[in-house]
Amino acid sequence: MTDRIDVRKTAKLYIGGAFPRSESGHSYEVTDAKGRFVANAALASRKDARDAVVAARGAFHGWSGRTAYNRGQILYRVAEMLEDRRPTFVAALTQAEGLTAARAAKVVDATVDRLVWYAGWADKITQVVGNANPVAGPFFNLSSPEPTGVVAVLAPQESSLLGLVSVIAPAIVTGNTVVVVTSHERPLPAVALSEVLATSDLPGGVVNILTGSAATIAPWLASHLDVNALDLTGIAGDHDLATELERSAADNLKRVRRAPAAEPDWSEDPGITPMTAFLETKTVWHPMGV
Amino acid sequence: MVSTSSTTGRGFEYAPAPESRAIVDIKPSYGLFIDGDFVDGHGSSFKTISPATEEVLAEVAEADDADVDAAVKAARKAQKAWARMPGSERAKYLYRIARIIQERSREIAVLESIDNGKPIKESRDVDVPIAAAHFFYYAGWADKLEYSGFGSTPLGVAGQVIPWNFPLLMLAWKIAPALACGNTVVLKPAETTPLTALLFAEICQQADLPPGVVNLITGAGGTGSALVSHPGIDKVAFTGSTDVGRIIAKAVAGTDKRVTLELGGKAANIVFDDAALDQAVEGIVNGIFFNQGHVCCAGSRLLVQENIFEDLLERLKRRMSTLRMGDPLDKNTDVGAINSGEQLMRIRELSEIGDAEGAERWEVACDLPTKGFWFPPTLFTGVSQAHRIAREEIFGPVLSVLTFRTPSEAVAKANNSPFGLSAGIWTEKGSRILQMASELRAGVVWANTFNKFDPTSPFGGYKESGYGREGGRHGLEAYLR
Repeated sequence: MTDRIDVRKTAKLYIGGAFPRSESGHSYEVTDAKGRFVANAALASRKDARDAVVAARGAFHGWSGRTAYNRGQILYRVAEMLEDRRPTFVAALTQAEGLTAARAAKVVDATVDRLVWYAGWADKITQVVGNANPVAGPFFNLSSPEPTGVVAVLAPQESSLLGLVSVIAPAIVTGNTVVVVTSHERPLPAVALSEVLATSDLPGGVVNILTGSAATIAPWLASHLDVNALDLTGIAGDHDLATELERSAADNLKRVRRAPAAEPDWSEDPGITPMTAFLETKTVWHPMGV
Repeated sequence: MVSTSSTTGRGFEYAPAPESRAIVDIKPSYGLFIDGDFVDGHGSSFKTISPATEEVLAEVAEADDADVDAAVKAARKAQKAWARMPGSERAKYLYRIARIIQERSREIAVLESIDNGKPIKESRDVDVPIAAAHFFYYAGWADKLEYSGFGSTPLGVAGQVIPWNFPLLMLAWKIAPALACGNTVVLKPAETTPLTALLFAEICQQADLPPGVVNLITGAGGTGSALVSHPGIDKVAFTGSTDVGRIIAKAVAGTDKRVTLELGGKAANIVFDDAALDQAVEGIVNGIFFNQGHVCCAGSRLLVQENIFEDLLERLKRRMSTLRMGDPLDKNTDVGAINSGEQLMRIRELSEIGDAEGAERWEVACDLPTKGFWFPPTLFTGVSQAHRIAREEIFGPVLSVLTFRTPSEAVAKANNSPFGLSAGIWTEKGSRILQMASELRAGVVWANTFNKFDPTSPFGGYKESGYGREGGRHGLEAYLR
């Protein structure tokens, strides 16, 4: 009797809550940390990126209009679903990053904990960064943070799960929607994450995940006039590409979170700047009187 | 429209009530203020004129690359000691500056109106007192930065470029928070309005501000470009057009320079049928004709609920007819001179495009002065969202009027703009105000008021109106790391 032949999963994109292959029909070989073939991941194209922006824009009004409590609940649900699939992610990280099972388990734990941390921020960030302003006149005056809009996120190349979640969660918890370009060489944890997101009551289009090459896709996102902000964290150390993207982003004055010189240590406390980088401040005035 | 130089206007006649210009002492020529002293520039010079009369006021040095370099070096040299000084001591210098602005307030107001063309009642009651208030406000932060939420470490040297519409006030918005946080600055005032910045240099001297903490370099676009691209600055703060904002954003790409940009706008001022209409009319007039419409947050797109369109338009035209245009130094003047011939050309050009695209122009007949740059308060009806006068910033006293039927249509039209600086809402229904305020994509929303400014209140835009905030606790973020 022969061994059962296992059923392999096709690694797809995640756009607007659906799992399409690349419109281009292209894919690329993904190998494990030792260079062995693992899967053919979809190679996202310019058209995929544009479709993802349309999906993200479409989801923005509804997602940013949810109550902060509801967004917090949904992020917490993402954490629950990720915890539930712990073995899947431990295996994915072992494969992608060459970690030992024990080390991979710690990274998965940290990822779940990070999601829980950000879930809690949903209904607190406004209180921490907002202000009542004592203007010199009979006016009510209040400043509140609001999400910037559609954020194009270049996810870290090395930390394919903890780093990925550490750039997605701070953007969406405040009401932004995102188009994420994954790690080029390690896209499969992101594919697994997209399956978690799809089962977490997160509305389709809030997070769109493109596997492929940042160098190829990012210029289309940086120059896209319906993208409001750009997170270059994922191209840490690539000064030339970062400069080119920042210049393109200037065409419609995107907010840019610049690329660090080297990929950050994702185990550190992220602080609130990953959230505030993609927040606007709105100040509302109204006269007081009887 | 009542021209103060006319005897044929409607309504009350006013005798001329000019503010005396004897209080100001304009020198024939000015150098650059670098390292605490006025120095001759290496470059050429240019003339600054009164836009109301085209009279030449003074010759001003045009800083070249070497001058910019000298100013940046002076700022760098002064920065360490300035940052090391206890915040409580830095605060005292800022308090001194605030007090001197108050002490010399009338002189500054008259000079501002002469150089800029704005009515004395605005320079006297808005620009100068709010400029002083900014220094007071940020003075108090200097020894309290650790409570700001942004840390207490300054960035270093800030290169600041400001526009001509509120010359001293924009200077205050830039310099007060920068200094409070321990930065030193090199600031370039606008080419057409350098005089109050040069007076501010004297104020720094009177305050015994350490040399190099504030450096003021005059010049045009080339000087500004040399400043923002100078490798020795850590921060760029710019207020001006979106086009120049884009150029600056490209120029700093790939550097570690921090940037804040306060750019253009095309604010929707939305009037619902239940609004207090006379108050709304005052707000519309203030929204677009304040400072000749040379206001980035001007309410330049009026959105009127369709069922009150006729009524509101009639009230608005009647009110516009009582605006008094003329001598900026006359205390009864409501609308002064357009700041420059170049700006007047742009206002004329866009208005003619409005005509050509089929909108209907209305302006009150009035006698415009024969010298200087003047444009009567004007409105266009029959404007569609696609018209250029509904999309582009005119930066003059020109109002585009559109209509809407439902709140959601008003939101959609208001947000249909690449800009997002400000917006206005006029309605007596509180829940509608809050819903509209939350849906409008703009950094400042004025409900049942317009064009209000305060040092404690953050100001700045969404989308292509720029990024970063000036004013309030939020304004500190731009100058701390």
